[in-house]
Amino acid sequence: MSLITVKDLTVSYGANTILKNVSFSLDAGEIVTIVGPNGSGKTSLFRAIIGATETAAGRIELKPGLKIGYVPQRLHIDQTLPMSVDRFMRLTDRVSKTRSKEALEAAGVPDLSKRQMSQLSGGQFQRVLLARALINKPDVLLLDEATQGLDQPGSAAFYQQIESVCRETGCAVLMISHELHVVMSASDRVICLNGHVCCQGTPAVVASAPEYRALFGTGTGGALALYRHDHDHDHDHDHDHDHAHSHEAAE
Amino acid sequence: MLDDFMVRATLAGVGVAFAAAPLGCFVVWRRMAYFGDATAHAAILGVALSLAFQMPIFPGALAVALVMALTVTFLTGRGYAMDTLLGVLAHSALAFGLVAVSFLSGIRIDLMAYLFGDILAVSHTDLLVVWGGAVLVVALIAWRWSALLTSTLNVELAYASGLNPKREQLILTLALAIVVAVAIKVVGVLLIAALLIIPAAAARNLARTPEMMAMMAAAIGTVSAIGGLQGAYVFDTPAGPSIVCVAAILFAVLSIFGWGKGRQIP
Repeated sequence: MSLITVKDLTVSYGANTILKNVSFSLDAGEIVTIVGPNGSGKTSLFRAIIGATETAAGRIELKPGLKIGYVPQRLHIDQTLPMSVDRFMRLTDRVSKTRSKEALEAAGVPDLSKRQMSQLSGGQFQRVLLARALINKPDVLLLDEATQGLDQPGSAAFYQQIESVCRETGCAVLMISHELHVVMSASDRVICLNGHVCCQGTPAVVASAPEYRALFGTGTGGALALYRHDHDHDHDHDHDHDHAHSHEAAE
Repeated sequence: MLDDFMVRATLAGVGVAFAAAPLGCFVVWRRMAYFGDATAHAAILGVALSLAFQMPIFPGALAVALVMALTVTFLTGRGYAMDTLLGVLAHSALAFGLVAVSFLSGIRIDLMAYLFGDILAVSHTDLLVVWGGAVLVVALIAWRWSALLTSTLNVELAYASGLNPKREQLILTLALAIVVAVAIKVVGVLLIAALLIIPAAAARNLARTPEMMAMMAAAIGTVSAIGGLQGAYVFDTPAGPSIVCVAAILFAVLSIFGWGKGRQIP
């Protein structure tokens, strides 16, 4: 069976229906990205999957004994709370120091274990969050816009790290991201969400779907152009690049 | 040995410091300082009701503190700003408590004893109540430590780990009510929050992990209780406030020590 199966999920806050009849599934080893505009219910969907939000209708089935590694959108550690990286790694799972070191290595930050969490840079912090999520060898990794606050090269490197770790360990990934151009190339499947599932499929299929264009075609023209520029578009070296960019963005 | 009032007072002070330390750390980390104040202030209403019905103080204070803490927890996130809500409830409860006490004309009450504590008058029974409560609170927090810490850091992370942050919040609320009820005799309702917050804040400068901070807070609280009582005996000062003064001096010294070492200040 699939690791996570969502069937006709509806989530409401008071009179507001955030998600309506959302269905999808995540299989072992898959990397699936959820994209959608602000307020499209991406985070509500995640909260429903981990059990933090009550569902109005529908079902969420997790494979029995499913181990979830969760990387939150942002984690604020109060200045008054002393927390070394090593202690943070063993927050929810009683694991050995060796395992903690392995996980930090897998996340690309091997030498931080003695540092305080408050002394880390944004990129190091996110990688430690990733390492903690990986520590009990989860079946699935959930990432909720895990690269907020990182610059573009930083977040590209972060997603590459995730892709390589998960391809290696066979861990499935379900992630939310705004940075379509960065994450789409690493995804097996993209789900475009806007209160309901607008369209889903391989990155190329979704990128060219009319529903997706309707949502992202104008607002994130630049990002889309960059994505298309990277993967779809053959350079025509007879005219200059600036012109090609503005042409794509205006499309 | 327990017949000596100073020995009983010291044991009671150490008992409260012992329970207040780990709980105080959570109060500091979760920014619940004012929440502790509100719960403590409400307890004076519990004292008044207990006296009116000629009941022991402890269960009455515990019940009202618990109702207050649950009310605040329930109303938070329902359209009220936390600080406004606490400001309204804490001072209303204190005012109603003081008015209620004034109605009890038949009984002569030393109000100061409940506002600032009367640690030198701790009886054998009081000592049992204090230590019973302290052991209960420390056991409760030790049992839920990891879950409480995860819920404090991030609610979603707690849910994803199969925990229920709402339940953990209730456990803290319950522990807070117990500490308030047992600490009334020792420092009184006005200074309970000080005993929760000051040792934890002082310990921040010395600790690298949450566990270390809780243990340091317990040590600082214990030193404050013993030092404050000795000071009160030597200088003939009120005992409860003297304990808080020693804690505050320790906080100041450790903060300066912390700055010297280039650590972060709380």
